[in-house]
Amino acid sequence: MFGYYLDLALRSLKRNKVLTALMVLAIGLGIGASMTMITVLHVMTNDPLPGRSATLFTPHLDPLPLDYKHRSDGPDPTDNLTWPDAMALLEAHLATRQAAMAGGSLLVRPARADVRPFRVDGRYATADIFAMFGISFEHGQGWSAADDASRTHVVVLGETLDRKLFGNSGGIGQVVRLGEHDFRVIGVTADWQPQPMFHADLSAQSFGDADQFFLPLTAAVDLKLPTNGNQSGWGKDDAADSMTSANMSWLQFWVQLQSPGQVQAYRQFLLDYSAQQKALGRFQRPPTEAKLYSLMGWLAHRNLVPTDVRLQLWLALGFLFVCIVNIMALLLAKFLRRSGEISVRRALGARRRDIFLQLGIESAMVGVAGGLSGLLIAQLGLWSVRHRPDDYAQLAQMDTSMLLGTFALAVAASLLAGLLPTWRACRVPPALQLKAL
Amino acid sequence: MELRPILSTLRRHKLTATLLVLQAALTCAIVCNVVFMIANRLQRISVPTGIAESELSVIPSASIEEGENPQARHAADLAALRGVRGVQSAVAVSYSLPLDRSESSSGICPSKQALDRAMQLNTIEGSGCMQPAVYDGTPGLVGTLGLHLVAGRDFRPEDYVSQGKPAVAIVSRALAQHLYPGKQALGQSMYDGDNYIRIVGIVDRFLRPNLRSPGVDEDSMIWPQLPPGSGVLYVLRTAPGDRARVLQEGSAELLKLNANRLISAARTQTYEEIRAAYFQRDTTMIGLLLASALGLLFVTALGITGLANFWVQQRTRSIGIRRAIGATRGDILRYFQTENFLIVGVGIALGMLLAFLLNAELMQHYELARLPLFYLPMGALVLWGLGQLAVLGPALRAAAVPPVVATRST
Repeated sequence: MFGYYLDLALRSLKRNKVLTALMVLAIGLGIGASMTMITVLHVMTNDPLPGRSATLFTPHLDPLPLDYKHRSDGPDPTDNLTWPDAMALLEAHLATRQAAMAGGSLLVRPARADVRPFRVDGRYATADIFAMFGISFEHGQGWSAADDASRTHVVVLGETLDRKLFGNSGGIGQVVRLGEHDFRVIGVTADWQPQPMFHADLSAQSFGDADQFFLPLTAAVDLKLPTNGNQSGWGKDDAADSMTSANMSWLQFWVQLQSPGQVQAYRQFLLDYSAQQKALGRFQRPPTEAKLYSLMGWLAHRNLVPTDVRLQLWLALGFLFVCIVNIMALLLAKFLRRSGEISVRRALGARRRDIFLQLGIESAMVGVAGGLSGLLIAQLGLWSVRHRPDDYAQLAQMDTSMLLGTFALAVAASLLAGLLPTWRACRVPPALQLKAL
Repeated sequence: MELRPILSTLRRHKLTATLLVLQAALTCAIVCNVVFMIANRLQRISVPTGIAESELSVIPSASIEEGENPQARHAADLAALRGVRGVQSAVAVSYSLPLDRSESSSGICPSKQALDRAMQLNTIEGSGCMQPAVYDGTPGLVGTLGLHLVAGRDFRPEDYVSQGKPAVAIVSRALAQHLYPGKQALGQSMYDGDNYIRIVGIVDRFLRPNLRSPGVDEDSMIWPQLPPGSGVLYVLRTAPGDRARVLQEGSAELLKLNANRLISAARTQTYEEIRAAYFQRDTTMIGLLLASALGLLFVTALGITGLANFWVQQRTRSIGIRRAIGATRGDILRYFQTENFLIVGVGIALGMLLAFLLNAELMQHYELARLPLFYLPMGALVLWGLGQLAVLGPALRAAAVPPVVATRST
């Protein structure tokens, strides 16, 4: 029976080729536009570290004075930690792993004469960063907590930078000049490029290139290396060195917590720490301002998706909806025009269910064809998105789940569009139509 | 034209007609708002900067020579750049240019009282102080950028300082008006913390590097401070046709003079490229909005044509009968046109309501302004026109049905 309905549907669709093509095109356009935007949104709200993100958290404190007024167009100083707070959390050592970090851009002066000096982006961090984020090493290893304490001038290079500086022989044990200082290479990591760069400061590019070097945060502070994130200061500062000031926030801090109990304990610790700082007179705001964000929670808080992209998504969905209404009207007209045929079938013993199945198959066929053309149109759309210079544009690719999703959306949309016309056609009273024949 | 037969026919196709009305309404609502958004974006990307955009190019250069006097380096570099054929003038700026994003701004107060008020409030909002973008640069900046001086004078050589804060400044007309509303700004002393700076000149318009909100986008000031750092932007003024060559030759000249520097190839560009990069998201958005508006209209036209086609086929016999009893071709044509006019008209009426609801929603979430009323009649005209165009083909086919059809049975 199914085969027969398929055959009937094909015949019916063939009878009016132009109209069928128009219906397929309309649903294809709607699906294509929606899927392009959903894919862009999907890659922008991706989990940057699948499998690991659930155990990563970032603590936030509020050391701002009560009368501090936050400028609406400026960055929020409480997005980052101050040096004293970061060091206190580090020394408390309450999480399985914890690391403070900040981004920096340094000038590399290669020893090789054939490579001109250039700037690279990297990260100043404390020892746990590699194990905590699961950054894998190609050669060598990271530094130890002892190196952090003694501010050793060591560096871990990204694979790309290592190859650029030292060729195939690798740079382990060699010295690389970063800015005005020499660092000994102790490890080479595989290029580590989480998308989005959840661990970077808000003002830095969120969908960017991999960190090309890692060096001890303490050495960076010691040498006053430049950072490329946001540094928000407040109050009158009397500390000579602003990097270690208690009135300037610039550090990102991440902890790894394995169990809900540990998360609860850490949250309590942050409250206690804030209360203690308030008692000491350093903090002025209530301790409940202290927050512990999960990785995905932090990304949601940062709201990396530009409003334009959200608007585009709504627009595309609105477009899809109009397309569905359009198909609905066309299918309805088409099915009702065949009232005579339906009546004959009903009079010959077909049940409503049979008619429903027959017409349902016909609308599903339109949907499948529309889905296929929608897939093509979406690929075209994504291709054009990838040619935009926006930082997230390069990521706009469809994975298998999105491909299947597109298809499911297309079929669901056309079935939805076919539902009302099919139902209406089933209710055609056979006797009345037969009389008119 | 008698409306009653049309209405009674539509009553028999209630569901289909409703769907068509719904489609026209949604299209009307979305297209009105989308066109409004396009107009907003177009307005945003056409904001004037006040500088000679088509004649400017920039070369960013950062010296990495250790222990060098940066200002001597800039002077030597500028001398070399002025020697490049086609360069009319060249200056160095350290922070930025309009629409170049990285901005240096400073809290500037019109008077001591305003400064005290700002200190007391702990914010400049409501104190009368402003936060203009601050531009620095080597002598000749006003002329090279092509800024239009409307009052006062350009800087004199003795105004320039190589360290610390200068004593004079040139402000944009917008900043002058915001700081000293209703007063003569020229010659006034502005407070920048404990220093005061005298206004010696006013330029017509000078946009910020980073747009904030239309009210303060033109609040900027230039002070005669020589770029203090090793990284600067060399701004070259040339004839538009010379830009590409001058950029290439200028970079080569700089590297020849001293190779110990970084010149970012990606940022060596004409000013028009800087501007295009700033508004790149807006241009993308305009393209997308335009595509979706056209797509919507296209799909709606398809729907109208498709449905009209069905109805013509379905009613062939009754058209024949009408023809046989005296209706002219024109009557049949007008019948279908009027029917379409009615359906689209109801759609438009509903669509206008939806347009306002959608607009209210967008205003809440996407900082869109209120939809101006004149968009509605325009949207109505476009949809009616589109409907008539879409129905014309099927209607003509209907008009061509010969009366003899009436005598045949189906």
